[in-house]
Amino acid sequence: MATLENEAIAAHGVRISNATPSDYFALLKPRVMSLVVFTALVGLVVSPGDINPFIGFVAILCITVGAGASGALNMWYDADIDKIMSRTSRRPIPAGRITRNEALGFGITLSFMSVMVMGILVNWFSAAFLAFTILYYAIFYTMWLKRSTPQNIVIGGAAGAFPPMIGWAAVTGNISIESIALFAIIFLWTPPHFWALALYKKGDYGAAGIPMMPNIKGERVTKNLILGYAILTAIAGVVPWAIGFASIGYGVVAGLLGAVFIKYSYDVWMMPSNSETNVPAKKMFGFSILYLFLVFSALLVEAIIARVVAL
Amino acid sequence: MKNEIMHEEGIVLTDAQKKSQRARNIAIGLVLGGLVVLFYVATVIKFGPAILERAM
Repeated sequence: MATLENEAIAAHGVRISNATPSDYFALLKPRVMSLVVFTALVGLVVSPGDINPFIGFVAILCITVGAGASGALNMWYDADIDKIMSRTSRRPIPAGRITRNEALGFGITLSFMSVMVMGILVNWFSAAFLAFTILYYAIFYTMWLKRSTPQNIVIGGAAGAFPPMIGWAAVTGNISIESIALFAIIFLWTPPHFWALALYKKGDYGAAGIPMMPNIKGERVTKNLILGYAILTAIAGVVPWAIGFASIGYGVVAGLLGAVFIKYSYDVWMMPSNSETNVPAKKMFGFSILYLFLVFSALLVEAIIARVVAL
Repeated sequence: MKNEIMHEEGIVLTDAQKKSQRARNIAIGLVLGGLVVLFYVATVIKFGPAILERAM
C-alpha cells in the first residue's frame, strides 16, 4: 500500500486536524462575546449622532470578532492552566481538538481582520481603540497580570469594559464623559463578579497557580472588597442619570438594581468562612450577570424610545 | 522526515477527518462569501448608489 496509516503520520510529526467549525467558534469564548456584543450595541445606540445601520452592524461585528480573537489568544497562552481547572478543561486546546499554534494563527488573523475592516469601513479611531483593547487583554492581562497579581481582574477588567466605548466611538469618533460612565459601570462590576466565582472555585485557581484574591488575601478580605466594589458599582450605575445623560426613570431602575446587587454582596459578606456550598457567592455571581444586562437594557430601551419619539 | 510519508497517492484521511475538513471548508467559504457581500454593500453605502451608474 502506497499510503501510511494515520498513526504513522502522527509519529512523523504531521497532524491531521479533526477540529470542526464549532471548535473554532468555542475558541472565541461565545458567552463573553455575547456580553461584548450587547454592551457595544448599547454604546453605539445611546451615542449622540447617527450611523448608517449597516455600518453600525459592521462596527458591532468587528468589535465582536475582535473580542473573540482576544479569547482565542487567551486560550492559546493559557492552555497549560486551562487543562488543570475543571471550568476550562473541556476547552478545544486542553481537550486536544485544536493545537496551540492553530489557535494562535486563528487569533492573530481575526485580530488583524477585525481592526482593518473597522478602520476601512467605520473609522480609524474606533479601529485603533479596538486594537488597543485586543492587545490590552491578550498581552497585558493574559500574559502578565493574570499570573502575577491578585489585582489581575481589577486592572484586566478594563478590557471587558471598553466595548461600549468602542461602540460609542464608532459613531462619534471620540471619547466623552458619557462613554467613560458606561465604561465605569462594567469596570467596577467586574471584580465582585469574578471574586464571587473565585470564592467557590478557589481550589481550581489554587491548583492552577493563579493568584486570585481569595487564594492570596483570604476570604475575609475578598468579601470586604466584593461589598466595597458592589457599592461603587451601584453608584456608577446611577451616574448616567446624575450627569444628565439618562432620565430619572433610568436612575430609579439602576438605583433599585444596585440596591439588590449590594444586598447579594452583603449576603456573601455574611457567608461563613470555608463554606461547603457557597450558595450566597453562587447567587451573587448569577445576579451580577443579570444586573449588568438589565442596567444596559434600561439604557438601550430609553435611547430607542427617544429616537422613535424624535422621528 | 515529513517527505517520506508523502507518497504519490497522498495521505489517506479517516472518515472523521474528511467530515471535519469538509465542515471547515464550508465554514471558510461562508465567511469569505459573507465578506464579499459585506464589502459590496458597504461600498455602495459609502459611495452612494451613483457608483453603480458610471459610464462603461
